Amino acid sequence: MSATRAEIAVVAVAELFRGDGEIVASPMGWIPSLGAKLARLTFEPDLLLSDGEAYLIDADGNLEGWQPFRKMLDTIVPHGRRHVVMGANQIDRFGNQNISAIGDHARPAKQLLGVRGAPGNTANHRTSYWVPRHSKRVFVESVDIVSGVGYDNAAKAGLEYHDVHRVVTNLGVFDFGTPDHSMRAVSLHPGVTPADVAEASGFDIDTSGAGTSREPTDEELLLIREVLDPKGLRDKEVPS
Amino acid sequence: MADKRMTADEVAAEVRDGMTIGIGGWGSRRKPMALVRALLRTPVKDLTVVSYGGPDVGLLCAAGKVKRVVFGFVTLDSIPFDPWFGRARQTGAIEVTEYDEGMFGAALSAAAQRLPFLPLRAGLGSEVMRVNPQLRTVRSPYADGAELVAVPAQELDVALVHLNRGDARGNAQYLGPDPYFDDLFCLAARKRFVSVEKVVDTRELTAGGPVQSLLLNRGSVDGVVEAPRGAHFTTAVPDYGRDERFQKHYVACAKDPDAWPGFVDRFLSGDERRYLTEVDKFEAEAA
Repeated sequence: MSATRAEIAVVAVAELFRGDGEIVASPMGWIPSLGAKLARLTFEPDLLLSDGEAYLIDADGNLEGWQPFRKMLDTIVPHGRRHVVMGANQIDRFGNQNISAIGDHARPAKQLLGVRGAPGNTANHRTSYWVPRHSKRVFVESVDIVSGVGYDNAAKAGLEYHDVHRVVTNLGVFDFGTPDHSMRAVSLHPGVTPADVAEASGFDIDTSGAGTSREPTDEELLLIREVLDPKGLRDKEVPS
Repeated sequence: MADKRMTADEVAAEVRDGMTIGIGGWGSRRKPMALVRALLRTPVKDLTVVSYGGPDVGLLCAAGKVKRVVFGFVTLDSIPFDPWFGRARQTGAIEVTEYDEGMFGAALSAAAQRLPFLPLRAGLGSEVMRVNPQLRTVRSPYADGAELVAVPAQELDVALVHLNRGDARGNAQYLGPDPYFDDLFCLAARKRFVSVEKVVDTRELTAGGPVQSLLLNRGSVDGVVEAPRGAHFTTAVPDYGRDERFQKHYVACAKDPDAWPGFVDRFLSGDERRYLTEVDKFEAEAA
């Protein structure tokens, strides 16, 4: 079986959770949600997952916990045993993310969601990002409104629990494991070249050490196609 | 025992120009929309609106009633952005205090506990500290010496919330999965008004749900409004879910300056009874 780009991305997101154990995974978006579920069905069986509302639902669909928004903000986030995968309207080389607004905050050119929980997430626990369309609009030299805190700002603020893990896009997987915590490529998805990444990014990303993102196993492909996303909604987020 | 029942218009008349009003719910979920609609029918203006924002914020912005919004987000959930809030921001029509979601809750908690502030890690290193120059940090007096955000108490003049059931005295109950922050909004406010789907006898409250669902006790409520479908078009499960078709219609009209006056004329220019009648007709058109 040959995997689509969307399926490669689902597996790349699943890999974000490897080693997380019994913590709350909070994927935002369809492919992140598929990735978290795939991780739980395979190599991270202990992950806790919410239904996007107030319930924790286990892999068999049983309600196993109550996690209303206030509990999330008062205890789950500050307690730190959580890994969120958020979107990003803009992201920069140090992992600063913007979901608040484009332009000047006093009178933005485009109002977006607001900072939501991004400042608290990045100050308290592991945070990854999912970008379905890797482009110069998203990968910018500097973000307009720092919502999720990147490595440079975290260092200045002395954020002890800051942990921006990785960025998964439709082109590859990126992390901040360089001496100055600037973004580098961990792997490029099959068929993606370093030139593709350079062309789609507004800053230089070191791709010299990048491998190739792994293909789904046969079991994973079966789970994605027949159990988790039989309607193929993943292809709407990342067209082949 | 005081009978605290009143009408939505009587609640709206309690809101004066320049007041700070807290609105319960979350996004497009269990918003006190009947109370918001009543507010739209008054001449009140220059409000500071404190909300985990949804269409409540959009409608108040559309009607020109807002001076400032205190928010962590404004979203319609199934539709990411509210067009009226976006327009108000992009034309500079309103001022904002933008907080992290956790800071927002901490600001209400501080007010509820009569504390000047609560220390929080959220916000440090983010633009929230720059766009809110009034924010200060505090240093832990203990050995760790950590620097934290001193989130200032957000006191409210008026709180408006919507729950599923209540009694005439002001005890109120949610029957859905999430209480949101409605009790905190009430504890942070000087005047507290709750609309409910149905006013029932006190004994019926615990017959209808577990005791933990009694979110507000009468000591934190000044007025009760019976407002069936009072959260429409947001969700008030299990009584009803979000009216997605209507929400789409709201967004389409809000985006189109030519269509908006027709929406106002049809749905917002009359009283709540007229609103619900027009909503019923709107539903029937789809059938």
